[in-house]
Amino acid sequence: MRYWRLFRKSAFLYRFRKDKVAVASFSVLMLLVVMSFSAPLIAPYDPYDPVQIDIMDSDIPPSWQAEGDTRFALGTDAQGRDMWSTMLYGTRLSITIGLFAVLLQSLLGIALGLVAGYFGGRIDSFLMRLADIQLSFSTLMVAIVVLAVFQASFGTELYNELALFMLILVIGIAEWPQYARTVRASVLAEKRKEYVDAVRVIGLNRRRIMFRHILPNTLSPILVISTVQVANAIMSEAALSFLGLGMPVNQPSLGSLINSGFEFILSGSWWITTFPALLLVVLVLVINLLGDWMRDVLNPKLYKE
Amino acid sequence: MALLEVKNLEVKFPLRQGELTALRDVSFSLDRGERLGIVGESGAGKSVAAFAILNLVSRPGYISGGKILFEGRDLAGLSRSELRTIRGNRINMIFQDPMMTLNPVLTIGTQMIECLRAHRRITPAAARQLAIEKLRAVSIPSPEARIDQYPHELSGGMRQRVVIAIALLTDPSVIIADEPTTALDVTIQAEIMELLLELCEHNNVALILITHDLGVVSQVTQRAIVMYAGRIVEEGATRRIIDSARHPYTQGLINALPERTRPGQRLNQIPGVMPSLMDIPQGCAFHPRCQLRIDACQQQLPAYSGSEHARVACLRVDEQERAQ
Amino acid sequence: MIAFLIRRIGQALVVMFVISLLSFSIQDNLGDPLRELVGQSVSEAERQALRDQMGLNDPFLAQYWRFLRKAVQGDLGNSYFFKRPALEVIMEKFPATMELVLGATLIILLLSVPIGVYCAINPRSWFTRVMMGLSIVGISIPVFLTAIMLIYLFSIHLGWLPSYGRGETVMIGAWESGLLTWDGVLHLILPSIALSSIMLPLFIRLIRSEMMEVLEQEYIRFAWAKGLQRRRIWFLHALKNTLLPVITVGGVQIGTMIAYTILTETVFQWPGMGFLFLEAVNRVDTPLIIAYLIVVGLIFVVTNTVVDLIYGLVNPTVKLTRGLA
Repeated sequence: MRYWRLFRKSAFLYRFRKDKVAVASFSVLMLLVVMSFSAPLIAPYDPYDPVQIDIMDSDIPPSWQAEGDTRFALGTDAQGRDMWSTMLYGTRLSITIGLFAVLLQSLLGIALGLVAGYFGGRIDSFLMRLADIQLSFSTLMVAIVVLAVFQASFGTELYNELALFMLILVIGIAEWPQYARTVRASVLAEKRKEYVDAVRVIGLNRRRIMFRHILPNTLSPILVISTVQVANAIMSEAALSFLGLGMPVNQPSLGSLINSGFEFILSGSWWITTFPALLLVVLVLVINLLGDWMRDVLNPKLYKE
Repeated sequence: MALLEVKNLEVKFPLRQGELTALRDVSFSLDRGERLGIVGESGAGKSVAAFAILNLVSRPGYISGGKILFEGRDLAGLSRSELRTIRGNRINMIFQDPMMTLNPVLTIGTQMIECLRAHRRITPAAARQLAIEKLRAVSIPSPEARIDQYPHELSGGMRQRVVIAIALLTDPSVIIADEPTTALDVTIQAEIMELLLELCEHNNVALILITHDLGVVSQVTQRAIVMYAGRIVEEGATRRIIDSARHPYTQGLINALPERTRPGQRLNQIPGVMPSLMDIPQGCAFHPRCQLRIDACQQQLPAYSGSEHARVACLRVDEQERAQ
Repeated sequence: MIAFLIRRIGQALVVMFVISLLSFSIQDNLGDPLRELVGQSVSEAERQALRDQMGLNDPFLAQYWRFLRKAVQGDLGNSYFFKRPALEVIMEKFPATMELVLGATLIILLLSVPIGVYCAINPRSWFTRVMMGLSIVGISIPVFLTAIMLIYLFSIHLGWLPSYGRGETVMIGAWESGLLTWDGVLHLILPSIALSSIMLPLFIRLIRSEMMEVLEQEYIRFAWAKGLQRRRIWFLHALKNTLLPVITVGGVQIGTMIAYTILTETVFQWPGMGFLFLEAVNRVDTPLIIAYLIVVGLIFVVTNTVVDLIYGLVNPTVKLTRGLA
């Protein structure tokens, strides 16, 4: 309660209210999150339920077009699924993957960053070299290779079942260096401070004191990184699904929907690609705008080489 | 006619919370070959005044009033290209921190030659020769080799020598030195200051020395200006100011000098801190810290009394002097 | 220089070692080379004999060593699908990918530097505002979407530019180039734009923010005080310092660029290595997958070394001769 009252009075909230772009982005993001997570309640159809899908309904354009059908506001895809419902479920998948991947990244990165900074020496230089190499390989490249090899060795069927889990794991593991570097820099800065020694003289546990200071100090850079990382993770997921290495057709994310529509764009079924694409861009854009705004306001010391 | 004459200079910074006046009603003049000190605590506006002369106030600051007459021409009214013929040519600057002043990715030679080539028709070879000469003049050993080095290969003292050499390259009329030794080791501060003084005397260059160090001012300058909260509070011959300061603030500064304190005794610091430029007190800006204040000090901005080169802005000055 | 080379080569060896280990384990786990060779009709005893003969029952290290020795000689096995040496198949597609990367790199370099510098110098102009707005939209649109949009607009709707393939190509020795024919250049335009579509706004933003930081530095103020021309201050004094962090980021982005070639080549059916790789994945063509990984790994190592060298040339505080970082 006390923190909430403090937060309400803070400069952070004040500046948020004054920035129209930030307020608009946040509202749109919240709208998308709430709508997609209440998909089972508000979607007119369940795209995962084969009973509700009729192949006869396939490729119907949006309802305002001449051949449209009022049952399907935004038309249907090649399998006869209602676009609107499928997109809601797809957005939920994309956001879920983004959030969990970033959660994994941050946990891994913070842990490794603490280890590197605290122990220093060889462990530190080993971890940081590893981070360099991993960063230069790029998440998307690592993810493509790993997922491709997995798909080839497990076979498509088993892979489809594991896709959600694998995507979170791969995107989650590949981006830890971002967090690790920031946390490490913070630990090193903290180590240099004199009060840490002073505290030890008084006989308190040095480690506990240090960590109690480090985590609050790294909060704002971690917040900024995380925002941008969620957007990146959603983009990576979409790219992987587009390549057929992500979510399967029967459980489509926004990326796989775009992919499935791409085949039909030449035959004129533009809506299968366009609507999910628009939704994906809006989702990523509002997160990026929020990240940009937060970087301006919090102005954290981000790790720079 | 004075070489440089600053008249009623005013500099403002538009900020989110409102406009901030960094300099108000600053006037002073400088003769050919003269050495003038501008003294004050950090934040008093000395550096802003120095940068304003060459219209180099950092953004978003701007000159909002007054004149800067150099050889009779108003610098504030010059076009960009006209101003460029003065900057770095007739009036040169020496910055505070030699570690930050030189561009890290260009050689010493490049940074010297470009100066000459910007202001006169000269071949690169001749410019290089001149640059080497100037490096020798500031006592840099083996200048032929040093000229091709990068700043990071030189020590702080060496770098400040290079900066002084750059300032001398174009045989300027005025050099403005903004705390030229503050960032250096104490052991080389005196050395650099002596070099600067000697070169100015030798080449008959006028010097404006900006510093918070009254000791340096007394060694180098002939005349001094004391600034407080963006305004000049006292001006006079350096000797006279050191010996018998008239403004209570100047007196406070001098009494705070360690030399004025007997060993073991506490330093005589002026109580309180200088106000931020955001909220300068009404009346005399110094009154909250002044031991001589009367009610009128809180209402009335004191006017200057005395002659052009020996003036003071204090309401109590007459009483004080009568008492002495 | 020697220390720099040693450090660089050491790093390269580590990277290549990891890739070789990865490749070998892929080969070990993916697909049965025996089936590819002899088919299903052979008895189990004969199979075992053949396995022994081919060394498939040898210990791990022995097998890995053999793989490594062959790999170093350029022998990565035959592609199951093309029935030809995998490395040869990959290298045939190498020029296509390189020309695509070249096109995109040119677009990024030629546009990001002037736009980024302009936006840093004129932070309040309307052009800067438009550019900043566009760039954040730009980095929010995935590469494959840009590619689809470009095809839809310029090929299907307007019919101005071809949408797939490389068009007419010319052989220069072993290099199949599309740069020398008008048709080939036309085919390159849309894929290059698509490939550069995320990096370009990223670099514009990076150059802008780095340059704005540099312009606040004391040495820039000193350059103004020296009475230098604006152009010299911006394009020599400020830009050279701006480029240092930009080069570092550029090095990190090479990996992402190669990943994006896979996406771009897929959408445009550009006959390059990325497209081939994805086909190989779908066909479980193990030797081809491995060949791709190794070639890409080599590209990483080489380009990163080049980037390091360039950085050392621009930044005098890095002494290549002394190997200081």
